[in-house]
Amino acid sequence: MNGIASQAIGVSKAIETLMREDRGRLLAALVARLRNLDLAEESLQEAMISAMQHWGRSGLPASPMGWLLKVAFRKALDRIRGSSRASKNTGEYAMLVPEMTEEEPDEIPDERLRLIFTCCHPALDPKSQVALTLRTICGLTTGEISSAFLDTETTMGQRISRAKTKIAKAGIPFSVPGAEDWDSRCETVLTTLYLIFTTGYVAGPTEARDLCEEAIFLGRLLNVLRPAQAEIEGALALMLLTDTRRKARIGTDGASVPPGEQDRMLWDQTKLEEGRLVLATAVARLKPGPFQIKAAISDCQMAEGGPDWKQIALLYRSLLQHEPSPVVQLNCAVAIAETGFADIGLAMLEPLGTELEAFQPYHAAIADLLAKTGQETAAIAAYDKAMGLIVEGPERLFLSKRRAALLVRQI
Amino acid sequence: MKYMLLIYSDPAREPAYGTPEFQEMMSGFFSLNEQLKTDGALLGGDALKGIETATSLRVKSGKVETMDGPFAETREHLGGYYVVDVPDLDAALKYAAMIPSASFGTVEVRPLMDYNPAG
Repeated sequence: MNGIASQAIGVSKAIETLMREDRGRLLAALVARLRNLDLAEESLQEAMISAMQHWGRSGLPASPMGWLLKVAFRKALDRIRGSSRASKNTGEYAMLVPEMTEEEPDEIPDERLRLIFTCCHPALDPKSQVALTLRTICGLTTGEISSAFLDTETTMGQRISRAKTKIAKAGIPFSVPGAEDWDSRCETVLTTLYLIFTTGYVAGPTEARDLCEEAIFLGRLLNVLRPAQAEIEGALALMLLTDTRRKARIGTDGASVPPGEQDRMLWDQTKLEEGRLVLATAVARLKPGPFQIKAAISDCQMAEGGPDWKQIALLYRSLLQHEPSPVVQLNCAVAIAETGFADIGLAMLEPLGTELEAFQPYHAAIADLLAKTGQETAAIAAYDKAMGLIVEGPERLFLSKRRAALLVRQI
Repeated sequence: MKYMLLIYSDPAREPAYGTPEFQEMMSGFFSLNEQLKTDGALLGGDALKGIETATSLRVKSGKVETMDGPFAETREHLGGYYVVDVPDLDAALKYAAMIPSASFGTVEVRPLMDYNPAG
């Protein structure tokens, strides 16, 4: 291989790494000045293409990020000037021109927090928040996002483009919310992150990009960009502690395995330790919130000698203060039943029947508690109901195993 | 940016005239108006008379069709609006949240189209 060819390979590798690791940061820095996501994305794309050509000839510049930012700016300027000539109605960008500098910045400011809050603005629907965050901050392609959400690439592309249009036209600001809105806006961001995480958790690590890792990356990033926030730490801890069990959650027979019955050797010790450490830091701030409570519940599932149901029941009680939803009530009842009061748990589940009629875990919980209180026939009927509500997969296999065990018991 | 805050509510859920809740609602509107004026954000706004006064109209193949009542058969009706001039959506949403009807109806926030010919 000659020198030029190996240099070209080096350059394309460097660009690939930049695209993967620094795209979000570059994009955020561009949006901070251009105030337009589309323009920022397009000019960054052009700058990347220029980099391929220039760096291939003259080698890597001293600061590749600075080089890309400078060139992307220039490309954006060209576009603005070009569109000014093309039509009269271009006041949109013209006013931005004097603010922009073509000098290579020494240090690129990290504007990603602002970009995250824009992408996760409550004026956008949750799925668009997820898609935009993955696209802009994590640098996933539209194809990668659409496959993770079982959408066609066209549909996902349209969703992203609609969201970008809304940001521009509705005047969604590119800013970090102030103190009075912080808590609620931060919760929206964390909910979006957790939605990314759970999507990856359910899909499994077979996807091209592991969404659990992307969500944890985002959680770590938030924790760096805005440190010492109990709920950010809580959400990060929740994701780490849940991810700890990822390899153990499905048994060799393909059925899902509850945490108490999992093979502990399969738990990711590094993630477990980090999760516990982050959670302890959060709890010490004495600002409880739903993510910290959920993380604590996840931690209690992995207590020495099996799940600490007493503690879990107490935690669900306090979670009810924050989220008085029927699903939390269901989990609370299950935890109480696990402490040895199956009849009390069952009595707590009954009034939830109307609201949770179509919710598979509700019927699975009823079935389990009926079995625990010796009502096998009714339990089998409840398992049938639960199984009727889900498609083939680890959860359904788990339910059918439980049901089969009851049949054996009846004989 | 200019936004219109469209106030929709179900007349049946509005506090009745003469009740303390009605007083509270009116003083809420009053303090919002003052706030908007102090902030220099108010471009306009009005309350509309009830839906029993509404007349809807369509032109079908050149013929005017006039109907009694509001166009949409929903429970929530447009009851008033504000037009504000603020830096961004967040600022508009902040004022929208201060509209008393938001606690029993819906406030829709829509940016106004900008037809500035100077660009």
